[in-house]
Amino acid sequence: MNKVLRYGLQIFFYTLFMLVVWYFSIKPPYYQLEEDQAVITLSFTHATKLREACRKMTQEELLKLAPNMRLSMDCPRERSPLRLELYLDDKLLTKAALEPPGFHKDQSVNLFQRIKVKAGKHQLRVWMNDDINIEGSTYQHEQTVILKPEQQLLVDFDAGSGGFFTN
Amino acid sequence: MSFINPIKRAYLAMEAWFNIAFGSEWNPLYNIGRLSFFFFWVVFISGLYLFIFFDTSLSGAYASVEYMTHEQWYVGGVMRSLHRYASDAAVITILLHMFREFALGRYNGFRWFSWISGVPTLWFVITLGITGYWLVWDELGLYVAMLSSQLIDALPFISGSMSRNFIGDQVSDRFFTLMAFLHFLGQPLFLIFAFWIHVKRLSLVKISAPKGLAIGSFIALLALSLVAPAVSHKPADAGQVTAVLNLDWFYLNVYPLMDYVTAGQTWLITLGVTLFLMLLPWLPPKKTGPAAEVHLDYCNGCEQCAEDCPYDAITVQARTDGAKFEHEVKVNAHLCAACGICVGSCPASNPFRMKNELLVTGIDMPQMPINDVRDHVDAAIAKLKGDNKIIILGCDNALDLSALEADGVQVISLFCIGMMPATLVEYALANGADGVFISGCRTGDCYYRYGNVWMDKRFDGSRQPILRQRAERSRIKVFRAAATDSRKLHRELAEFQNYIKQLNKEKRAAPHGAVHE
Repeated sequence: MNKVLRYGLQIFFYTLFMLVVWYFSIKPPYYQLEEDQAVITLSFTHATKLREACRKMTQEELLKLAPNMRLSMDCPRERSPLRLELYLDDKLLTKAALEPPGFHKDQSVNLFQRIKVKAGKHQLRVWMNDDINIEGSTYQHEQTVILKPEQQLLVDFDAGSGGFFTN
Repeated sequence: MSFINPIKRAYLAMEAWFNIAFGSEWNPLYNIGRLSFFFFWVVFISGLYLFIFFDTSLSGAYASVEYMTHEQWYVGGVMRSLHRYASDAAVITILLHMFREFALGRYNGFRWFSWISGVPTLWFVITLGITGYWLVWDELGLYVAMLSSQLIDALPFISGSMSRNFIGDQVSDRFFTLMAFLHFLGQPLFLIFAFWIHVKRLSLVKISAPKGLAIGSFIALLALSLVAPAVSHKPADAGQVTAVLNLDWFYLNVYPLMDYVTAGQTWLITLGVTLFLMLLPWLPPKKTGPAAEVHLDYCNGCEQCAEDCPYDAITVQARTDGAKFEHEVKVNAHLCAACGICVGSCPASNPFRMKNELLVTGIDMPQMPINDVRDHVDAAIAKLKGDNKIIILGCDNALDLSALEADGVQVISLFCIGMMPATLVEYALANGADGVFISGCRTGDCYYRYGNVWMDKRFDGSRQPILRQRAERSRIKVFRAAATDSRKLHRELAEFQNYIKQLNKEKRAAPHGAVHE
């Protein structure tokens, strides 16, 4: 076969290959958000309240246990489920009902959610129940937020600092 | 004409085009695995250079990459681009490699191990690329970190929240350094191990690309790196979510899926696809024929079969039968692909031996012993009519030759053309055939890897057992044809028939029956 044609074909195939490499290495662009959108990230780690309070063991119960297992108090490890609702302008944005992880349901609940919303001024309201023995919310938070396009608003929680806060 | 599935037909047509451009030796589609290794070498060497200048801290990573890209564009920038584009090219070649094996039906039967070890290897490559994008610590790096963390958090055995490392001001410097360590050392070592496992069942593995192909590919990568250098997005800002990202779709294609499904569902889809691909060799299963058998009474321990076996199924060990030879060979039935190449390698397969008795060779295929092959040749020659008797020797995995049978043409198909002892050609000519036409898989591409390579070497005298000089070369024609090359093969056969006819005419006309040279 004609050498020029052969090399020409080789150049064609190499160019085609590199075009495919280049194109898919950056294109087509991925639109993570629309132009006027922002993101609310709801994220925290929280150890919910214990389901049951500690109680004193009876003598009968203690006798049933091996001597090295006899503790005067019985403290069940299982924690309460976490229930949460987040509203934006009185519209429910997300709700969660999470059991604590772990074999004994005694670990902290992790929550991580990213929600796309319209940028602009909004009324944010969030309530949470972390104690199965209490009806209604144990924590709640409400604030006005102004979100810029592409902004990420973090809704965090720290029981020690009084509950929900935004960042 | 037998049915050829359209995927195979299209792929073979594409290979034919590449043969025109590159020739069979440099055909990228015949060297697709080796080309993937070449791209990894480019990634490795460019990565070493980038490592020198890369700052593994969260605060310094972006600036160090920017320095290489812009201040030191002539080396650092080019190296970065080579690093990116070669890793992208590797994904293409790996996918093509998988597609090729699938399209050509080379993924099931005895090949199951190479297939199922190859599928996860692709994922190891992808994860290596993901950590690479993470390290740039630009908007894309943050996106990759966030989404990867969500995937990790969705695993049932993970407690704690990795995602929280990448929001607000909680980004962990130590975690970032850990990712750098993973990308530089942990993942590459794991990948090398995966590559080793992948080729474990093969012998004579070639992992370096042919020189011409390597040079051409490198020039192409370099040109792309200079024309369209790889650049970063803006630096990562944990308070921002970038609306538009230029994703590398070769590596980051899973993440946009998370816009539609949860992280847990993303895992299920990914694992489902992986599992499906890994199960393909058994959907439906393909049975490999019985393994080769050694007949020690006829084996002198020459080791040629062990050297020729493409699947490392034959080992050499000390003689166990008390014969005067030092070694004997042993077949590992689990590794044997039943290709029969070892039969063609055995000097005892010479059909001129034991002419009027059962021909037994040192290593043989129980489902088609060499004695049966010789009987087929005898029967085929007896069936040939006319003055122009042609025997076609081919293989079961290339073009279906049965349609070529006619009064003057008889076909014998072997498991692989490498199964053919070179002396069988001489035998056919000596026993009444006027010409021997040899087909088999296209040059550079053998279903059993080395069958046609060994055949060529036996014919040119560079590998034992050779085709002897007394075999009249002018009456032997080799034309290799894939399943789609039927028309070409008919044309070549017709030309050969005419040539032999002419040769016979000249021979008859020559005084004292002189042989045409």
